[in-house]
Amino acid sequence: MIKSNSGIRKTDVINRRMFIIGAAKVIVFVGIVARLFSLQINENKKYLTLSDKNRIREWKLPPTRGNIVDYFGNVIAGNLKVYQLHIIPEQVENFNYLLVRLKNLLNLSDKRIARINKLKAELKPWDSIIVSENLSWSQFVKINNYLYDLVGIKPVMTISRNYPFNDVYTHVLGYVSQPNEQEILENEIIQERFVPGMKIGKLGLEKRLENHLIGTNAIQRYEVNAYGKRINQLEHQKGEQGSKIRLTVDTEIQKACGKLLNEKAGSISVMDIYTGDIIAMYSSPSYNPNLFLFGISQDEWQLIRNNPLKPLINKTLSGLYSPGSTIKPIVALSALENKVIDTKFKVKCTGKIELYGQTFHCWKEKGHGWVSLKNAMKQSCDTYFYEVARLLGVDRLNITAEKFGLGKKVLGDYFDNEKKGLFPNTKWKKNNLGKGWVLGETLITGIGQGYTQTTPLQLCMMTAQIANGGFAVKPKIIVDSNPISYEDAKQSMESGLLFDTESEELLDKKLFKNQRNIKIVQEAMFASTNERFGTSYKSRIDDPKYQFAGKTGTAQVKRISKRERELDLELEQIPYKDRDHALYVAYGPYVNPRYALSIIVEHGGSGSKAAAPIAKKLFKLIIDRHDLRNKQSNFERITV
Amino acid sequence: MFQHDRLSNEITLFQKIKNLDYILLISVILLSVLSVFVMYSTDGGEILFHTKNHFVKLAVFFPLMIFVALFNIKFWHNFSYIIYFIVILLLIYVSFFGIKSSGSQRWMDLYLFVLQPSELMKIAIIMCLAKYFHRIKIENVNSFTSIIIVLSIIIIPIIFVISQPDLGTSILIALSGLIILWLGGMRIKYFIYSFITFLISLPFIISFLKPYQKLRILTFLDPDRDPLGAGYQIIQSKIAIGSGGLNGKGFLKGTQSYLDFLPEKHTDFIFTLFSEEFGFIGSVGLLILYSIIIFRILRIGAISRSNFARLFCFGYAFAIFIYIVVNLSMVLGLLPIVGSPLPIMSYGGSSMLATMIGFGIVLSAKINHKQMIA
Repeated sequence: MIKSNSGIRKTDVINRRMFIIGAAKVIVFVGIVARLFSLQINENKKYLTLSDKNRIREWKLPPTRGNIVDYFGNVIAGNLKVYQLHIIPEQVENFNYLLVRLKNLLNLSDKRIARINKLKAELKPWDSIIVSENLSWSQFVKINNYLYDLVGIKPVMTISRNYPFNDVYTHVLGYVSQPNEQEILENEIIQERFVPGMKIGKLGLEKRLENHLIGTNAIQRYEVNAYGKRINQLEHQKGEQGSKIRLTVDTEIQKACGKLLNEKAGSISVMDIYTGDIIAMYSSPSYNPNLFLFGISQDEWQLIRNNPLKPLINKTLSGLYSPGSTIKPIVALSALENKVIDTKFKVKCTGKIELYGQTFHCWKEKGHGWVSLKNAMKQSCDTYFYEVARLLGVDRLNITAEKFGLGKKVLGDYFDNEKKGLFPNTKWKKNNLGKGWVLGETLITGIGQGYTQTTPLQLCMMTAQIANGGFAVKPKIIVDSNPISYEDAKQSMESGLLFDTESEELLDKKLFKNQRNIKIVQEAMFASTNERFGTSYKSRIDDPKYQFAGKTGTAQVKRISKRERELDLELEQIPYKDRDHALYVAYGPYVNPRYALSIIVEHGGSGSKAAAPIAKKLFKLIIDRHDLRNKQSNFERITV
Repeated sequence: MFQHDRLSNEITLFQKIKNLDYILLISVILLSVLSVFVMYSTDGGEILFHTKNHFVKLAVFFPLMIFVALFNIKFWHNFSYIIYFIVILLLIYVSFFGIKSSGSQRWMDLYLFVLQPSELMKIAIIMCLAKYFHRIKIENVNSFTSIIIVLSIIIIPIIFVISQPDLGTSILIALSGLIILWLGGMRIKYFIYSFITFLISLPFIISFLKPYQKLRILTFLDPDRDPLGAGYQIIQSKIAIGSGGLNGKGFLKGTQSYLDFLPEKHTDFIFTLFSEEFGFIGSVGLLILYSIIIFRILRIGAISRSNFARLFCFGYAFAIFIYIVVNLSMVLGLLPIVGSPLPIMSYGGSSMLATMIGFGIVLSAKINHKQMIA
């Protein structure tokens, strides 16, 4: 019984102690439930966010660049679907076999193969490697045929920049290519939107308008696992294509310029004399910007780089030339404005003049005899302009020339590579060369030689401002948000005022003191082209609809020695590098003028033989397209 | 007395089955079914390795539980010491010839499956101490020799387990043993004194910890100190549980587990996945299910005539409770990470074997609750 008693007492102890533990258990369980409640109910939102952060990852896709269109809406820089080939390493069964097959199918270089192997080592096995950025259609078909054998290969369609007119617009548009590190760091927008494979503008308007053209990234949201592997696509957020940019240029005329300068080095610029719209701006030779999209091959690059005609230089904006006789309208105008000469003023040309023991030759050895302004301009008599320049002085000439846009950038900062050029004066020489001005330099400045350096676009603008009656125009290549129509521009100019779109004010843009003087110069230029013995008489068009006025120029690239002068060699007998540049500036139609142009053929010989005939061919097209252009009044408003 | 004994021995198989605790049985079955579904979810909604193996183990160990239950509680009483010694021998064997895996040596290969003897010790120690306190006179409980003996019974297996090393299991074994000491009538002041001693010696204990164990404690105190390294498990676990919300993300829709953010999701962190998919409601439901099981075991203990059965049931109920509390506190960020499975739910054969044997003995106690043990 004692034992039994002891058993009962023991049972009591066990039971009592069990109850204490039981109470503790309840408390602990309640504590755990409280903790669950705090995590799952109170802090649910916080942990849901963290869970989404864990599992959702965003991938940015390259943005689609905005189109660039010409004045008529033709796409000149657009986007094209291209076929790419990707390898997804984790799906590949035998990587080396695959590479051998691809090498044969696509003619991949050993370098490319090495690059793929390097990428494979660097990337995660589920990240795709781009084997080819731009498969031709036949390659794409070939790959698709063998797809069953090429495990782990993915043909992908994507979008790439495309220049449908190839080399026609290269110097205007530039091109796009993969950005380098510095370019990414310099531009915050590029930095933000950069994804591998994205291309940015490297040159020209593509570069200048990068921030407008770039567009926004499309975003794909994927569910990823703990190792970063994509499991599901959750969402696709479309990106916005970059802004569409409309240019003032006319593709037909631009193309014609290209043809006219075929296999020559040179430049053609065409401008609306009232609105300042640049109708064409072609530098020859050009090159195909599409070559740069997927990385240009070394051979092709060397071919472009080593071309003696220098296709990489935008001659319209960066080419600096002596204006030659094309400066004479400005010399004449300056002299008239400063009342140094009048229309009756005459000079006797004997073929040369002597000054302080130095001989200055007229291009015509026998001389022109007594010449007035009109005749001097018409036959481009150098002696007359030596004398006028001597009477005028370089400083007064410089003021007129700079008023008309020489020595200044025409398009402001739209093109990095645009050059200012130079129109000298005495002060400039003192400051820059440290020497005093010599009278002989005034003389040769008067015929557009010497220190004067102009770009073809400057000459075009100069001519436009003479043609429109002596008013300043603001050249532009992009149709702005508030475009002024041809009629409005013309009207406001004829009233002597010009509507400035930027400040939205009517500004006095008169470049003359007496408009009669402009008229005199215009008449002289008309005579030069349309009257017998005029230097460009052979290139005239008699039909008043297309009739134009112009001035030839022949810029010496090298001093002519006495011996050479006596030899009077034919163009073909002179080495290419030593031949004169041929220049021509013109505007038309003579009655109610609308367009001005400048033409330069490098080492083309004389302006009348090499440059003026091009103007004849071009003017017909330009004038014919005027009505079409004028009808294009549905201006798209694009803010830039 | 003898006759009475014979009488109780003559309970037929039918009566035995009739006397099973069906509420406990149904709860265990429910838990088992639930665990298979959760395992199916850890396999990403496919019947793969873990699901299959877990199911097979349940299919083997559940009948084993019934089989254990069919033996008289007296049989388990009689064999308690022997079972304890066998498990000690297994621990010794493992410490010499065990399979090594991720830095510890705790397993032995039994061809059909790999056994972790330390898990069996969780049951064996309860049996052994229950028998000891059943036999000892209440007056002698607090005698010096008795204290030495019971402490040896606890410390010997712990030495082997801690040297494997396996801190988690040794803590669970110690707690299971201590609860029997408490229930058996050991003086409260001893518990208080030893608790104070423990606190004082804590710095020394910590200095003996392995570097990875120290790191776990540091991580527990501040999980964000190394979010991708040591703190990763606990941070991801909290994210999974917290993002479950009230209703959970839905069965097979737990992104944290599906996308592999959860570590050890089959074993120690199984509750995390469950809680992510079934939310607060599901988690509390699971706790209620466990509470029912614990309550039924306590009830069986309370109606048992023998103190052995009573001590075993109370001890085992407490052990189950401790396993759950340690596991949940760990995944909820309330305790440092120590490896401890969630009974039945976690993947792992030895743990399930031990748990099922435990349930079997409890059920045997139920069938034979009128059985007196001399």
